[in-house]
Amino acid sequence: MDDNGFLPRQALQTLLDVLRRQGYRTIGPVVQDSVVQYRDIDATDQLPSGWTDDQAPGRYRLTHVDSPRCFAWATGAQALKPHLFHAREVLWSARRDDTGRLAFSEQEPDVRRLAVIGARACDLAALNLQDRHFLHTINDPYYAAKRQGLFVVAVHCAYPADTCFCASTGDGPRAKQGFDLALSELDDGFIVEIGSERGRAIAAQLPLLATTGEQVREATDAITEAANRQFRQLPSTHLRDTLFSRLQHPRWDDVAARCLACGNCTSVCPTCFCHAEHDDVELGGTASRHLREWDSCFSEGHGHLHGFNVRPNTHHRYRQWMTHKLGSWHDQYGRSGCVGCGRCITWCPVGIDITEEANAICAGDLPQEGSP
Amino acid sequence: MNHYLPREAQIVARTEESPNTFSLHLQLTDAAPYSFAPGQFNMLYLYGSGEVPISIVSGSAEDGVLVHTIRALGRITKGLSALRVGDRIGLRGPYGRGWPMRAAEEHDLIIVTGGLGCAPAVSIIHHVLMHRERYGHLSILQGVKHTDDLIWREQYDAWAGLPDVEVLLAADVAEPGWRGHVGLVTALFDQLSLRAGQTVAMLCGPELMMRAAAQDLHERGLAADAIHLSMERNMQCAVGHCGHCQFGGHFVCRDGPVFAWPQVRELLGVRGF
Repeated sequence: MDDNGFLPRQALQTLLDVLRRQGYRTIGPVVQDSVVQYRDIDATDQLPSGWTDDQAPGRYRLTHVDSPRCFAWATGAQALKPHLFHAREVLWSARRDDTGRLAFSEQEPDVRRLAVIGARACDLAALNLQDRHFLHTINDPYYAAKRQGLFVVAVHCAYPADTCFCASTGDGPRAKQGFDLALSELDDGFIVEIGSERGRAIAAQLPLLATTGEQVREATDAITEAANRQFRQLPSTHLRDTLFSRLQHPRWDDVAARCLACGNCTSVCPTCFCHAEHDDVELGGTASRHLREWDSCFSEGHGHLHGFNVRPNTHHRYRQWMTHKLGSWHDQYGRSGCVGCGRCITWCPVGIDITEEANAICAGDLPQEGSP
Repeated sequence: MNHYLPREAQIVARTEESPNTFSLHLQLTDAAPYSFAPGQFNMLYLYGSGEVPISIVSGSAEDGVLVHTIRALGRITKGLSALRVGDRIGLRGPYGRGWPMRAAEEHDLIIVTGGLGCAPAVSIIHHVLMHRERYGHLSILQGVKHTDDLIWREQYDAWAGLPDVEVLLAADVAEPGWRGHVGLVTALFDQLSLRAGQTVAMLCGPELMMRAAAQDLHERGLAADAIHLSMERNMQCAVGHCGHCQFGGHFVCRDGPVFAWPQVRELLGVRGF
């Protein structure tokens, strides 16, 4: 078989069936609570066929159109991150006996195999960044176990939202890496591309037909058009030095006056990795679970240091977030921490747009002190 | 290997250093090996409450006792302050990069500390005194806000009596009878006979103090990379994952807490980082 083939729409169920027979738990996009969310699925009729999303700063709406397509939307609030780096997770437990002795036992990592259908190029770029954070320096056993069992069926994005800017970060809309299989959706079916040997083994089980030149052209054109439709962009993919030379820019005060420091942006960001650790004591008092939970650099406690806060106000917190995301990520992991998914723009309750803020801060010459 | 899992340690002794500062002398209860370098820290776990990063004050782990000096300021450190000899806690570590003790051999050492910053630097002094022949002249400069804040007074006196060791103290606010300097610790630099090319400086304390001290020592001829400093940030995982200790691109827990000055100069003392 070549490195691609055509899967008729009615045979998509076979892909799910094959994955499940191979021992994968299968998750994919479904419409739940008026949002596209990744949930357990076992049948293709659970996929959001005919649904499309309308996104703008501070706005997310789903509308139904007469289309057989299941992936005619851009992004939901979350994709892969919560499935590998859980929002709340037990790391270990401590048990205390009558004499005060302590015994520690580690939580067994979750080694179940998981197949995700529908990941976007931005999600895969973010997955790669989370890999660098949780695996490449000091290995996180909880992330590692889930990551090892992950099978990714990507879908090239042909329906960017108005908030998307993956073309400007270089991460999409075509999924370039990190998938086992990638699909291009056409009205009557899917072009299936193979991205790994595991993917090849699964594809071999599918009733694939040869693709036609017309089908490949249609899919390629759709991706090109998806890039061209995006109108938001960052000033450059490397803003580290520009941002750190503008720490006194008046725009930080301006954005801080609008920002609610709610942390929605960090919750939906697929690359944000901050988490807090705390203990949860069982009612009997003889055992305590030690957990980690997503945290945000916008929270009061994030910069807390024995009776002193490193980032006492929103100005500091927004500046920390952006100078990290677009700046010091380069020092840490060799690239920007932004993959252009636009979630932080959509899910910000006051519609703060990272591209607009970055452009305002980085544009032109550095304003002189005291200028408006 | 699971870096997050603590080991059990028992309190074998406890000393009061000041009304709210105390030291726990800890011994691991398992037989697994443990060693550390001066300037590294451990995560101490109070059952049911959580963990705090605490630097190791001892010079080595040879006698199996690890000394941690703690100020009771937050929920967990106040809880630790209520513990007694025989009580058990969790301990994992050591973490981070310590002081460049190997590179500093055959050099004179200047240790500048401010306020509580003395704890991470005390391990340097212990290390130097254990390997005295490897190091040149040792200058210990300690600044405090008020003379009441000065802990380890007897120890400073004892160190001052050793050959080739000088101890200079400064307090912003002095009690009657104070024989040290009144004012900033950096003012003590005038009293040093610096051999700039053969000296390594190690700083620990408030960032503005360290920024001023580093700049001053640099102007007195110390190369920028001969100046090292220990940073402090919120730390929860200690392995560079939880994100709280980020200082620009550095994870202080893993890339530090000890840095060469040029590594952190850009943001040192900048509010908000």
